[in-house]
Amino acid sequence: MIVADKKPIEEIIGYVQDANRILILGCNECVTVCEAGGKKEVGVLASALRMHFLQQGREVKVDERTLERQCDHEYLEEIRDIADQYDAIVSLACGVGIQFTAEKYHSRPVYPGVDTCFLGVTEERGVWTERCQACGKCVLAETGAVCPVSRCAKRLLNGPCGGSTNGKCELNPELPCAWQLIIDRLTALNRLDEYEKLMPIKDWSTDRAGGPRKVVREDVQS
Amino acid sequence: MSVKTPSRLEKVLAGGHMAVTSECGPPRGSDPEPIKKKADMIKDHVDAINITDNQTSVTRLCSLASCIHIKLMGVEPILQMVTRDRNRIALQSDILGAASFDIFNILCLSGDHQNFGDCAQGQNVHDLDSMQLLQAVRHMRDEGKFLGGDEIKRPPQMFAGAAANPFADPFEIRAPRLAKKIAAGAEFIQTQCIFNLDKFERWMEEVRQRGLHEQVAILAGITPFKSAGMAKFMAKRVPGMDIPDEVVKRMSDTPKEKQPEEGIKIAIESIQRLKEVEGVRGFHVMAIEWEEKVPEIVEQSGLYPRPELS
Repeated sequence: MIVADKKPIEEIIGYVQDANRILILGCNECVTVCEAGGKKEVGVLASALRMHFLQQGREVKVDERTLERQCDHEYLEEIRDIADQYDAIVSLACGVGIQFTAEKYHSRPVYPGVDTCFLGVTEERGVWTERCQACGKCVLAETGAVCPVSRCAKRLLNGPCGGSTNGKCELNPELPCAWQLIIDRLTALNRLDEYEKLMPIKDWSTDRAGGPRKVVREDVQS
Repeated sequence: MSVKTPSRLEKVLAGGHMAVTSECGPPRGSDPEPIKKKADMIKDHVDAINITDNQTSVTRLCSLASCIHIKLMGVEPILQMVTRDRNRIALQSDILGAASFDIFNILCLSGDHQNFGDCAQGQNVHDLDSMQLLQAVRHMRDEGKFLGGDEIKRPPQMFAGAAANPFADPFEIRAPRLAKKIAAGAEFIQTQCIFNLDKFERWMEEVRQRGLHEQVAILAGITPFKSAGMAKFMAKRVPGMDIPDEVVKRMSDTPKEKQPEEGIKIAIESIQRLKEVEGVRGFHVMAIEWEEKVPEIVEQSGLYPRPELS
């Protein structure tokens, strides 16, 4: 999933302090799972904003709405009738949903209510960790299904740096060394000899280096 | 033995001599005098001098310019180049720049993470990794071509080196990692500082079992302790460093004023023992901000005078 984290309330207040009618717009997908932008968080943020404006002696309408997704036209259309009522929309979706909402409601100011962090997993309740950087050319077949691009701090493709110690990264003793994980996996798969195969210089043009990316699938376009 | 480049280091090794290299860190300013002074102190006692490339990710005068300064003094530089700060365009371009000044040695590294330095909020590049940089250097030299395939007019002639840490984890790939660097094109290896000699010798045994010592010239890394404090700091704080307790104790048990002398003594003893290890082809003496001691270490280890080459 796309993992996001809540923005500090002060930052959000800074965006909407002059607004009179605010819509807090949640998303039922990834940000709900990582508890940063689902229905529950929409409610919490709306209450906090109401409290803030009340203390300021200002009458501000703060409404709540959570869509199934903010990255699809059909769900975003659900607020077509009401969007114009608001002079600020705070989207709690990931950066994708925030932008798509803004694209759809061009004359409405749309602000981010979360910081979008990475593509990752729920490791345990309240702990999410990164697994993928969407480089556009997957190398997992060669690395025992452990990604060195997202999990090595230097995205090294041919083995660990000299800083790998007791299975941990030199950056942080709690961070697993990606290459330790790869070696462990290759060992478990009885494929450790594959480590010595040189990984060629990577084509990063499918990564952000090649500019904004696009996938076109004629077979599903019809 | 035939050589592939005009590198003095390569010739010393090909002549069957024990090679001696050392390294100097550039200053944090634009005055070239500190690097020239350091090089001048050690130039008669070593075959070539590494110039570090923004080591520990602290911004300094660049390795390439420093190499040029010492080259102009008649000293042989080893250009250290990390993949942290440059993409493949800049790496190839700097290699050509170095080659234009007849710099004949390069050490290919990934570089310390920027988190440890003075620009912790900066991006790192790592377009290539250290093994891919080795491949790039060899490709440019041996094929005479850029990575993009075009021909290079007057290709670089560089003796290609890499670092190895015999003490690093994961344990299972200590020798395979070296084999991979050789396959990528490494012709000489400078190792991490060796304090755990027993463990280094076990690593060399694995290296010899696979015949790797015959495919690459291994220079053993030696660093003298200036003080017990330095030994303790390196043991605890420097990632990938293996310093046995008895070595730290030996430094700590020495009265403070005698500690520098003891540190030098340990370094000399290490060299003398490791000289006998089959496959050790020389030494890389890293006297960190203590370059003036390099001549003494080299002399007392029986590595002086350095061979005269025709």
